[in-house]
Amino acid sequence: MNNYTKRSFVIVAIFVLVALVFIVKLFRLQVVDPTYKQYATNNVLREVVQYPGRGLIYDRNGELLVFNRTAYDLLITPREVKQFDTTLFCNLLDITREELEAGIQKAKDYSRYKPSILVKQISPEKYAILQEQLYKFEGFHSQTRTLREYSTTAAAHALGYVGEVAQNDIDKDPYYQRGDYIGVNGIEKTYETQLRGTKGVKKNLVDVHNRIQGSYREGKEDVPAQIGKNITTTLDLDLQLYAEKLFANKKGAMVAIEPSTGEVLAMLSAPLYDPRLLVGRVRGENYAKLAADTLKPLFNRSLQAKYPPGSTFKTINALIGLEEHVINEHTRFTCNGPGSYPITCTHDHVSPANVVDGIRESCNPFMWNTFKAIIGKYSTPSEGFNVWRKYVQSFGIGKILSSDFSNTLKGDLPTEELYNRVYRGHWNALTIRSLAIGQGELGATPLQMANVAAVIANRGYYYEPHIVKAVENDTVRSSIKVKNSVEIEEQYFEPIIEGMNESTVKPWVQYFIPNIQYCGKTGTIENNQGIEHGAFVAFAPRENPDIALFVYVENSKWGSSYAAPIASLLIEKYLTDSIATKRLSIEELMINSNLLDPNKIVVADATAE
Amino acid sequence: MPQRSNIWANIDWITVGLFLVLVFMGWLNIYAAVYDAEHQSILDASQRYGKQLIWIGAAIGLAIIIMIVETNFYVFFSYIIYAVTIFLLFLVLFVGKEINGARSWFAIGSIGIQPSELAKFATALALARYMSAFDFNLRKIKSLATMALIIFLPAVFILLQNDTGSALVYFSFVLVLFREGLSGLFLFLGTLVAILFVLALILSNLTLIIVLLAAAFLMYLVLNPKFNQFLRTVLILAAGIGIAYIVNLLSGLELDLASVVMAGSVIGAVVVLIYSIQKRFTNYIIVSLFFIGAVLFTISVDYGFNNVLEAHQQVRINELLGIESNPYGSGYHVKQSKIAIGSGGMWGKGYLNGTQTKYNFVPEQDTDFIFCTVGEEWGFAGTFTVIALFLTLFVRLVWLAERQRSVFSRIYGYSVAVILFFHFAVNVGMTIGVMPVIGIPLPFFSYGGSSLWSFTILLFIFIRLDASRLENFRDSRNA
Repeated sequence: MNNYTKRSFVIVAIFVLVALVFIVKLFRLQVVDPTYKQYATNNVLREVVQYPGRGLIYDRNGELLVFNRTAYDLLITPREVKQFDTTLFCNLLDITREELEAGIQKAKDYSRYKPSILVKQISPEKYAILQEQLYKFEGFHSQTRTLREYSTTAAAHALGYVGEVAQNDIDKDPYYQRGDYIGVNGIEKTYETQLRGTKGVKKNLVDVHNRIQGSYREGKEDVPAQIGKNITTTLDLDLQLYAEKLFANKKGAMVAIEPSTGEVLAMLSAPLYDPRLLVGRVRGENYAKLAADTLKPLFNRSLQAKYPPGSTFKTINALIGLEEHVINEHTRFTCNGPGSYPITCTHDHVSPANVVDGIRESCNPFMWNTFKAIIGKYSTPSEGFNVWRKYVQSFGIGKILSSDFSNTLKGDLPTEELYNRVYRGHWNALTIRSLAIGQGELGATPLQMANVAAVIANRGYYYEPHIVKAVENDTVRSSIKVKNSVEIEEQYFEPIIEGMNESTVKPWVQYFIPNIQYCGKTGTIENNQGIEHGAFVAFAPRENPDIALFVYVENSKWGSSYAAPIASLLIEKYLTDSIATKRLSIEELMINSNLLDPNKIVVADATAE
Repeated sequence: MPQRSNIWANIDWITVGLFLVLVFMGWLNIYAAVYDAEHQSILDASQRYGKQLIWIGAAIGLAIIIMIVETNFYVFFSYIIYAVTIFLLFLVLFVGKEINGARSWFAIGSIGIQPSELAKFATALALARYMSAFDFNLRKIKSLATMALIIFLPAVFILLQNDTGSALVYFSFVLVLFREGLSGLFLFLGTLVAILFVLALILSNLTLIIVLLAAAFLMYLVLNPKFNQFLRTVLILAAGIGIAYIVNLLSGLELDLASVVMAGSVIGAVVVLIYSIQKRFTNYIIVSLFFIGAVLFTISVDYGFNNVLEAHQQVRINELLGIESNPYGSGYHVKQSKIAIGSGGMWGKGYLNGTQTKYNFVPEQDTDFIFCTVGEEWGFAGTFTVIALFLTLFVRLVWLAERQRSVFSRIYGYSVAVILFFHFAVNVGMTIGVMPVIGIPLPFFSYGGSSLWSFTILLFIFIRLDASRLENFRDSRNA
């Protein structure tokens, strides 16, 4: 049999050949080809986004306004889902089978391998129960999120709300991912970058069942989430709450400013809404309800309503007249009361009236004559109008006052071009006489009018109205420290202030505040659609004022019927921290008056979570 | 009688050393594959590495017993051992415990015994005994048939147990027979069959028949360059195809073109065959037979693949051949295995640091896929070392077998080498994706008492035989 000995070499050759094939294949697999290393990393690495808590928001006295609560999102990775007890699952999450099926389908459409959110914002109580059972549901895991929580119902419009990012937010800023939250409105929007903090990432190692086994490279590559910066607003919570109480069942707006700084002490838009309605799983439903409400509670009147200022604007007209020397303290114009031409006066009063009388009595003929003189001082109506317009603009009307507010509007300040177009070039002071009494094409936001009050209170200048006082570990933009002067000499403010003061000192008016010398000017704005709107611009005290404000109450008949009393109560509350006993009835009247059309939908049955 | 001391002195310590190194490395990798931070004690018998340690101890005990037993015992009792094993293989079909779809285990308490593991060395012993007999002659049909029976009887039983992988191991004996004088044609044909099998699955029938026809024409031409005769052959085949085509058209059988060409060319080839037999054109007879055989084989592969193999086996073969790919389906094993090995790089991720291993991405990692752990944690350096060690062992075994004076020992030695080699080739090939997923263990490495003991017995009987190779024991056909 030895003749076959050589065949041992064939057999050994087969052994060697196979071993060589393996070695070559292994060399390629292990040393040459890098893809398998990548696969291995992908296999075990799960990046978990760490969501930072949003910054807290405080009022000017350190009262907490907005904070966070924890909620949990339940995510699904469709590929990993095994057969599970759907009845138990639906019961735990309080969802219907249809919702579950729709959710799973949506997740599958997005990706079979990537997790997507199935149920959002589960409350900690529900989550506690769910968590114990979660092991039964393969392919599901949770992530921790924070939701906004409010200490009071105050300042919903100013604070704004947080919502899920829209596709265009993601397109604009790669920081955002599907499912992230973003400030949609108010301070939440303006200060989004400061409030949101920075998302972190935790790299976890997972096993084949996607169970976390530990951190990747001992967490060396983890980036911790940085929590958002806390913000201190200029708002005074007590004043804000009081204002909101007074505005119950009314439509309108109010802005109060500290004249010496431009800090907004309170601002509201009525009807109000509870900010808690726009948080969590109920947000979408509630938002739809609020948006459908004919009273437009989501419309922020304090920044977006272009109200004709009416008689409150007379203060500006008189100031321009004085600065332009077309009138002086002693100039008097005759007033024939309701029989005046071309603008009638509301009532009979001392005549001829000087500027103090004109302001105190809100005399239309006085203002018309002053306005006519301003325009007439120049060779053409256009030239005169443009001079007038420039003064008005310096008060902040017709421009964006501050970058602190999202969605704020410029208001309407008509231009020469507008009149040329409308009147085909043939116009003069008479044509545009409505401007003399703050009506016509003029529209100012309550913020702008409150700023006008601040200008008068300061006798000629204002600081940019703003709502954020300080951002934690950050600076606030320097523009709020810049003094913006209107080009009217300080001396000319005295008669105006005197007139405004005199209008408030009559003890029989509802807005008389005992022991406080303050200045105010009412306004009653014609309304073609119904009852007139009332407005009141004021500051207090007369000397070294601490508060300047504008109150506008729609359909409240006269400026003196609701706007002025409400403003006076706010002033009294802010300055003395109380309301004089004999004025409590006025307070009660203001709070309890319902000026809303009873046929219109009220905030309805929207519920907070 | 020989002196005991001589036996211990004549042991091939190199092989014993290789055995110990492989078993030790195997245990280290089982530890890594099963390892988790909670159970760290290597002696923890609740963990597989703890159990494996016990089985290694038992295996070494077994090895010592094997060394003590007289060599003649193995020769005398080879048939009896074989018979008992066959009985057990038969018995397990009825009283066996089914694990993973294979009814191949006897459950005795918590311990499982797999008779198919014992069958390996039992068959090797019986084969060695039979082939070393006086009257054995590879050219005698009776000898060949008996030999085939010895080899394939256990294979059939194992196949009945639904353990295809272990049954395939018996094909490795063909190498032993080759060494003992079986015609190289068998090896050649075997290779040809394998190639044809793969081609039959990869290529469409039409392409395949064209390839076969081209190969046949080339062989006709090369083997007998008489052009007239070649032309006649081509015409006969063409006529056959033409007739088949017309018959198909007229009969309305509506066979596809590939079937028509196959049928027609086979008819033609049969005509050529008959003609060649009459004319005694030996070369043409061979080529015609080859062609007819190849076509019939192709048809039977298709039929067998679709009707005999089970779905998961079809999928595994399809995936290996790249016909089907689903990385998240049944290709998952291989994909994860390749990721584990491929991510090991040159030097590996370090012992107990393999992420694929630690986090259980590779299924069956302590048993059939243990080689992944080597690849991932020890890198190319590790896999190269393991392959080199196995190759050294196989070559050493061949060398030892060749130095035997007894035919029995030589045949047994070769059997050990090729059985181990087959396991190694299929197992490692599977983990790196060059073999279909066939569940057989990597010798000495894979977790499991049955397989470790079986390989130990297999190997140490040969070491025992080798140790007393100089003794003049009862085998008159000494080389």
